[in-house]
Amino acid sequence: MLYQDGGQPRPYPATIRNRTPVQGTGGAGPRPGIQKEIKTAMSTSPVPTNGQPDEQPRDAAFWSSYTTGLKVSNVPSGALNLNVEGKLVNGPLQGFGRMWQKTYSITLNGTSLTAKEVIKTWKERFPEFWPKGNRFFGPLTGIAPGEVALLNLTLTGGIKLSTGVLVLYADEESFTLMTPQGHIFAGWITFSALEENGSLVAQAQVLMRASDPIYELGFRLGMYKEEDKFWQHTLKSLASSFGIDVPVEMQAICVDPRMQWSHAKNVWHNAAMRTTIYTISTPLRWIRGRGRKRNQQ
Amino acid sequence: MPQANVVMHARRVTPTTSIIDIQGDISAFAEQELMRAYTEASAPTTRTIILNFTGLEYMNSSGIGLIVTLLIRINRQKQRMLAFGLSDHYQHIFELTRLNDAIKIYTSEAAALAAA
Repeated sequence: MLYQDGGQPRPYPATIRNRTPVQGTGGAGPRPGIQKEIKTAMSTSPVPTNGQPDEQPRDAAFWSSYTTGLKVSNVPSGALNLNVEGKLVNGPLQGFGRMWQKTYSITLNGTSLTAKEVIKTWKERFPEFWPKGNRFFGPLTGIAPGEVALLNLTLTGGIKLSTGVLVLYADEESFTLMTPQGHIFAGWITFSALEENGSLVAQAQVLMRASDPIYELGFRLGMYKEEDKFWQHTLKSLASSFGIDVPVEMQAICVDPRMQWSHAKNVWHNAAMRTTIYTISTPLRWIRGRGRKRNQQ
Repeated sequence: MPQANVVMHARRVTPTTSIIDIQGDISAFAEQELMRAYTEASAPTTRTIILNFTGLEYMNSSGIGLIVTLLIRINRQKQRMLAFGLSDHYQHIFELTRLNDAIKIYTSEAAALAAA
């Protein structure tokens, strides 16, 4: 909601209100990348097209257009599509627990790789780098802004979790995944690569809060360590794909130690509980399905 | 660390309200400049920090993360953050990332100051 003089709210412009989810262009736009971005420092004019100024900002092609509930356009074989359809995405401001910024990074020395090549590989082979027992069902078109991917995860104690992520942002040197209601955490993860002082650094940076009190308890009872292991494994696998074996550095900053009790009600969407209920009730659904078939015959 | 492609200027408009004018790009490289501008804008009497996005030219997801961490820092100082000057595109980004749940966005500096 926008506010104008006198504090009266006015709706967003129609161009925003009427947006519908669309497929992103996946970096097809003129995004110059971080290095080029610096070279064009202080250029205040938009990129001209056919002699006419382009009204779109340079980053326009890299952001998702979603403003409503998520839609799963394609369910890959073997994927469980639960807790995603129609859900809103939650940023770190909508979560319950302490807010953390965690950065996992690797330095890829002794390689001629560029940041763009690393991110290209990371996008294309994203699911391969995950630890066993966790599956990322990416869209057929790859990681691109506005795409929704399904996640089937295994938590501590073997608890299964079906959820998803929205590709919030993607350019040639970074991409960001944002979580929906019910996910373990509310927030986003940015995967990026940067050439710095002759070194190439790849990193995953998580900005998050546990979504609800149950997840926050789980994090404190060991899920934080599991999460650290998860991303450390991912980064080591990324390095291995380039034939490099390097240690993963980790930095954790507690941005806000307070709980947001006003968001405790997020527990209603808890995907772990919903997945468990779904799994337990599978025989009942099977019996009911058979009964319906018999009645139809 | 590559240099930031952004300039920020802090203005103390009243003893309780300051404005940070942003000109350029907000990405991970803008962190130092943003925190410097906030330190300059914040006095013991400051209760409201207003971000002026009129000069915003580019913002990526790391930049949105910076706004979130600044918001938390401001709230912990018992201050509040308002914003104005966002183009339609960046209003959409605030809506998409749900920053608009926590930051009131105004159409003009006058409107933001009136609400401060």
